[in-house]
Amino acid sequence: MKKALMTALAAGLFTLPAMADTVRLGTEGAYPPYNFINDNGEVDGYEREVGDLLCEVAKLECTWVTNEWDSIIPNLVGGNYDTIIAGMSITAERDEVIDFTQAYLPPDPSFYVALAGTDPSVLTSGVIAAQTNTIQAGEVAKGSATLVEFASPDETVAAVKNGEADAVLADGAFLQDAVDASNGELVIIDKVLLGGGIGIGVRESDTELKGKLNAAIDTIKADGRLNTIIKKWFSEEQAVY
Amino acid sequence: MFEMCADPSTLEGLAWLACYLTNGKHFLFYQSFATVLGLLALAAPMALLMGFAGALAKRSRILGLRQLGQVYVAMVRGIPDIVFFLFVPLLIDQGIEIIRHYALCADTSAPIYQGNDFVVCQAAKMPLSSAEPWVHSLYGFFLALVAFSIVFGAFAANTLDGALSAVPASQLETARAYGMTPRQAFWRIQLPQMWGYALPGLANLWQILIKATPLLFLLGIEDIVYWARELGGAKGSRFDYPHPDWRIYYFGALLLFYMLMTWGSEKFFVRMQARLSVGQATLSGKGAGL
Repeated sequence: MKKALMTALAAGLFTLPAMADTVRLGTEGAYPPYNFINDNGEVDGYEREVGDLLCEVAKLECTWVTNEWDSIIPNLVGGNYDTIIAGMSITAERDEVIDFTQAYLPPDPSFYVALAGTDPSVLTSGVIAAQTNTIQAGEVAKGSATLVEFASPDETVAAVKNGEADAVLADGAFLQDAVDASNGELVIIDKVLLGGGIGIGVRESDTELKGKLNAAIDTIKADGRLNTIIKKWFSEEQAVY
Repeated sequence: MFEMCADPSTLEGLAWLACYLTNGKHFLFYQSFATVLGLLALAAPMALLMGFAGALAKRSRILGLRQLGQVYVAMVRGIPDIVFFLFVPLLIDQGIEIIRHYALCADTSAPIYQGNDFVVCQAAKMPLSSAEPWVHSLYGFFLALVAFSIVFGAFAANTLDGALSAVPASQLETARAYGMTPRQAFWRIQLPQMWGYALPGLANLWQILIKATPLLFLLGIEDIVYWARELGGAKGSRFDYPHPDWRIYYFGALLLFYMLMTWGSEKFFVRMQARLSVGQATLSGKGAGL
């Protein structure tokens, strides 16, 4: 009797993993048009659409999770979610800690944005705002300008508006939105091409998921669906596949 | 919410504001106030309970228990709160998952720590990946609650310990002289009188607890600070309700909320103190109730 009970219990425990796995997609939710929380409180944006499509193509069940940018990599490797889809450029430094799928967006030129009338010399001698742990922050740190870092993208733009920084460096599409919304207060003063495109971050040990996502990206690149989404969310200037 | 809100771009003035303040995102903001109040409502009694246990352990006549109480109080009081808030939830979370990994996974041959990765099988995840988002939120809230209870419990333990010592020894001696056992003297004489001495310290702790609730944000819980920052940030044309940087108004509202909370508590504690001091041989006891 006892043995039968134990067997039944063990069978119950070991059949658990057969359940459909849900892939938790991690994003920042503060970087329009890449990803943001819309007025209904849901994750929205380019990456929401791409992520949902990839899950459909790869036949995965997915849910969205938001996490601060600062701790987005530690919480991925800690297992709180399974992917990072948050406008994260593929870089060698990040590749040491996590793995990336192939890019799902070609490099988006980064813009320097400042208040209208700002002298372009601030790019070499002024104070430049960037978000912590971004390729843009790395770029500013390499140059001669002074870098000030902020935890969220919003704060980098706010810093320029209130005079704390002379200019901000961030992805073009994000800053384009801010410039459009500012009624001429903000202008683009320079553009640079940084990074090798944006990929989905996965744990290094998670080769199976990486393979599935890579295959799905191949599919939507080939049938043009990815380009349709890129055109919907980005400007004419944005390169497509 | 209202029918007129279907197309916000056509709205102006008060109608726009009414629709804006009742959109889905704002409801999440309002809900987060309940999260904070819920945390306070649960963390305070739990911390008090931890504190009571800690104080009794510290005063125990059994050496091991006494040392345990002393170590608990000294450790938590000596380590910065923020370190504890980051450490405790992580420890519990990974601890539970490691235990579940060995209990529930069919194949445990692969190491859990693989380079940077913390890998447990799907069935060992806590909560399961397939669980509803609210389950994940609730679990995060629970971890935060435990962290708050441990940290504030240690402070409460010290306060209660001090208050128990403050009850005049002569009263306890009198109780013994009347034939009460030490246990009876504790429950009938020492404990009821202790509260008057403990209250100022506990009231202080409550105020600190209220002010510490924004630490929830640090633990990844979408509390009022998270939503204030998220809603207040400048919103461009991608949003139904575009607006410039309004963080100052949102943070102002939080300021008001916390001021009201602490002001209300202060009033409550003043009345409570007056009640508890009646008949006590202390300064406030002589003043009150006369």
